[in-house]
Amino acid sequence: MRQFLSITKRELISYFATPVAYVFITIFLLLSGLFTFYLGNFFEIGQASLGSFFEWHPWLYLFLVPAITMRLWSEEKKSGTIELLTTLPVSTLNIVLGKFMAAWLFTLLALILTFPMWITVNYLGNPDNGVIMASYIGSLLMSGGYLSIGIFISSLTKNQVIAFIVSVTVCFLFTVSGLPIVLDFFTNWAGEAITDVIASFSFLANYSDISRGIIDLRTLIYFLSLIILFLYLNVITLDNSRN
Amino acid sequence: MTALVEVNNISKSFESFLAVDDINFSLEKGEVLGFLGPNGAGKTTTMRILTGFLKPTSGNIKINGLDLFKNLKKTREFIGYVPEGSPLYNEMTTIDFLSFICEIRNIDKDQNLGKIIKLLNLDEVLLQKIDTLSKGFKRRVGLAQALVHDPKILILDEPTDGLDPNQKHEVRKLIKKLGKEKSIIISTHILEEVKAICNRTMILSNGKLLIDDTPTNVLKKSRSYNNLLVSVYDKSANELKKELEALNNFKYIDIDNNLCSIKLKSTSDASFLSNYLLKKKYAIKHYSINKGQLDEVFRQLTNTV
Repeated sequence: MRQFLSITKRELISYFATPVAYVFITIFLLLSGLFTFYLGNFFEIGQASLGSFFEWHPWLYLFLVPAITMRLWSEEKKSGTIELLTTLPVSTLNIVLGKFMAAWLFTLLALILTFPMWITVNYLGNPDNGVIMASYIGSLLMSGGYLSIGIFISSLTKNQVIAFIVSVTVCFLFTVSGLPIVLDFFTNWAGEAITDVIASFSFLANYSDISRGIIDLRTLIYFLSLIILFLYLNVITLDNSRN
Repeated sequence: MTALVEVNNISKSFESFLAVDDINFSLEKGEVLGFLGPNGAGKTTTMRILTGFLKPTSGNIKINGLDLFKNLKKTREFIGYVPEGSPLYNEMTTIDFLSFICEIRNIDKDQNLGKIIKLLNLDEVLLQKIDTLSKGFKRRVGLAQALVHDPKILILDEPTDGLDPNQKHEVRKLIKKLGKEKSIIISTHILEEVKAICNRTMILSNGKLLIDDTPTNVLKKSRSYNNLLVSVYDKSANELKKELEALNNFKYIDIDNNLCSIKLKSTSDASFLSNYLLKKKYAIKHYSINKGQLDEVFRQLTNTV
């Protein structure tokens, strides 16, 4: 536990020692504002809700999360610090968990810094703050899913560009697996049952439930098991790289 | 006394390439072992296996009596390791980085860190980011990282690579000092380094262990070991060589660095030679016995292709 926290702390120090953290947070805040007000027609809708704010989160995470995760292992591999880190008396699981937790806390910070949105909408009207809270939780859970996929993919290569592109692609597939673009491809030959299963893997579908204010147990289990699965794959990949 | 490091028949192959081929040795406290070998000989791979970074394809390793791969966490507490190129978290400050290592190793910062910082003279750079440090300081931070827990075994992959002569001297002095209390393995391709700090040498080539002996004994394998090195003011080395060869009293004579390097048939030939030189009234410029040359042994053994 102590070691896991030490790893988390070290990672966070690294985020803020480089411009990465500041650039990420600034861009995240700018884009989420831009999308909400221009593309989401926040004012024209005339509703006191943050629906048009949260609906863009999957698309923001889609390319911003891989930008955080691409370096998490790739850089360690390239600079050789992976040799330093993995020969310390600490288990691979603790390292992976520490890295993930740091990235998740960092995303949480970015989310917290969107609080002016929440203040604005409360100033303008009387939104359902329960729904907003649920949406924040849903958004955080979903970001965990994206992060775990990104970190895992970063552990497969020492090239950050490759890690980024592959992560975006995989995250995209997970995001849209409920949309016709993917489902049409399967319905023709895979049958309805399989198509339904694939659809249920969609980030969008699971996220939209939560952002309507319903924290469904199934959604919770979906995101948490997805996170656990990819972190587990990450541990296996690293342990196997010894051979 | 049980050996601190015990290596039993380890081999490591990467697909079809055999990087380490059946290496055996054990190491005790007070031994400073130098791995010598051309690039690609398997030095780094062997060190990576000893630290548990890579698993050998076959064979096993015991660290302080424990099987390395069955007790990865425990055995690593006995080892301090500086990987090739001394990689560090460059974006961190020296003190943050060393504190992190202490936390992971679960040792008391206040007690241990101060000593190491003093030992390696890191006071002035504690608050600097590692990537702004000179190479010499980076190396020292790398060493500090490997020493905070006062390990019984120290494994250093090319510890003086890229340092200037003064810094090299400092690092060697430190290794020599630490070597009394620990088992140390260093790899290098600087031959003088082995002579300066190691009391045991291994020469590796193509993954095979060719020699495992003290540096002095390794030197004896040199072809020119015990040769007489002679030069005179009156004649050039070549002229002297021809003159002495005509006497037909020596095994062979080479020219080495403008000196005649004479292989004697027996020690009595030495007095024959000095008498001869006296009789000829040559003014002697140089007269010595070759102690053997490490680079010669190195070439003899590793230039088989």
